Parts: sequence; C-alpha cells; structure tokens
Amino acid sequence: MSIINKEVQELVDEKLKESIDSKLNGWVEQKVRSLMEERVSALEDKIKARETRKKRVAIVASKGSLDMAYPPLILASTAAALDMEAAIFFTFYGLDIINKHKYKSLKVPSLANPAMPVPVPNILGALPGMTAMATLMMKSWMNKAHVASISDLIDVCRESGIRLIGCQMTMDVMGVKKSDLIDGIEIGGSATFLDYAAEADIPLFV
Amino acid sequence: MSVQVNVKLDCKGLSCPLPILKTKKAVDGMNVGEVLEMTATDPGAVNDMAAWSHRTGHALIEHKQENGSFIFYIRKTR
Repeated sequence: MSIINKEVQELVDEKLKESIDSKLNGWVEQKVRSLMEERVSALEDKIKARETRKKRVAIVASKGSLDMAYPPLILASTAAALDMEAAIFFTFYGLDIINKHKYKSLKVPSLANPAMPVPVPNILGALPGMTAMATLMMKSWMNKAHVASISDLIDVCRESGIRLIGCQMTMDVMGVKKSDLIDGIEIGGSATFLDYAAEADIPLFV
Repeated sequence: MSVQVNVKLDCKGLSCPLPILKTKKAVDGMNVGEVLEMTATDPGAVNDMAAWSHRTGHALIEHKQENGSFIFYIRKTR
C-alpha cells in the first residue's frame, strides 16, 4: 500500500512540477518579451531622435589672422544655411575675431607664409610694412571676388542663432573684458565648449 | 522650362558662401510650394546648391547655364 502511495505521490509530484514549470516558463517568457519590447522601442525612439535632430557643428577658432578668421565664420554661417546648428569657441588669438577693437583690422602675416600668391622671401616678409601690404593684398582679392567681410559673416552668424563663445581663460590671460567683445557673445570655458561638442556631428579645429 | 517663378534672387558676382546664405534667407521668407529663381556666377554654386538642397530638403527642380551664369530653380517644400 505504501509502495502504491509512494508511486502515486511521485506521479503527482511530477505532474505538479511539469505544470509549475510550464506556467513558470510561460510567465518568464512573457516577462522577457515585454522587457525586450520596452527596450527595443526605447532604442527606436533614441535612434529616431538622433535622426531627426539637427546636425551639429562645433568649431574651435584659435587663430587671429585674417586668413584664419574666415574658415570658422564661413563654415558656421553655411551650417546654419544647411539647417544645422553650430557653435564657435574663440580661444587664444582666435578671440581677436570677436574683439570689437580688433575684428575689423585682422591682418595677414607676411612672414613664414609660403602660401602668399606672390611668394615673399622671409627676409623681406620681416621688413616693416610687409604685414600691412599682405593684408591689403588679401583684402583687395576678397573684395574683387565679393567675399563677405568678417563683420558681415559675424552678423550672419548672430542672426542665425549660432553660439559664439569667448574663452574665459584667454580673456583673463590677455586682459580682455566682456565689454571689449562684440555684442551677442557668451563667455565660457573648455567645459562649456566640450559639453556642446560632445553631441556634435562635425567637430573642427581651426 | 515652364515653371512659375515667385521670387527672383541675383547672386551674380558673389562668392561662397554668400549665394547659399542669401538663398537660405530668401527661401525662409517664401511660402511652401513657391519657386525661387537664383542666379549666380560662382561655379562652386553648382555643387553647393545640390548639397544645400540635399541637406535642407528643398527641391532643386532644375539648374541651367546661360551666358556664364548658373540659374537655379528651387521649390520650397516645407
């Protein structure tokens, strides 16, 4: 009798185990599936947000000569025309591009500039007045080609909502005050720029 | 070409990036569906306008070359 009882008990146990197993499996499967679906839809939202958000251009302008002031301003204003967002971080000599006492008189170096269309030997390039001459030459070519002036490009940048960030540290080092900068500039440090650049599709250093 | 032009923009003599900047400004001031005729002499504008249209989604319906000028027809799409 006890043997039969034992067998029955074992059979019942087995059935019970099977039933619990299948219920448990079903439940786990459902749970996993719903978690996966949640995860996938979150990822899809993320991808969609990435695809629909504006492309972002982050530019560092580190040089203060006339020829090096153009690229960041041209690229940033064009970015705005292409429905992208952009910021320029003006640091070191690049700060001159947004210095209201200097931005209209940026110069082209005549010394150590082998790219001058009329190549100037360095020994001549070092003579007084050569920088002024090189600057005049470049300005006249730019005028002839109807290239926008630096101040026009800055205006376009400001109108298009491009962030123009002046480097705080450079200002401190060079004794530049906020009132020395043109209007519409925000002041920040490398972290301010990097926070913006971290999400940039196109980071550029000029 | 029998497209009805709503706005004309003269960018003759201007260099990069002015034709693009002025085109963008002109299109911003138009209604969806209207067509802009932009004339430029900068040969770089041919590729630049194609890139601009690709990026912004505004349709570059046609461009042609006439007497050393490049003429672009752009329909505002959104």
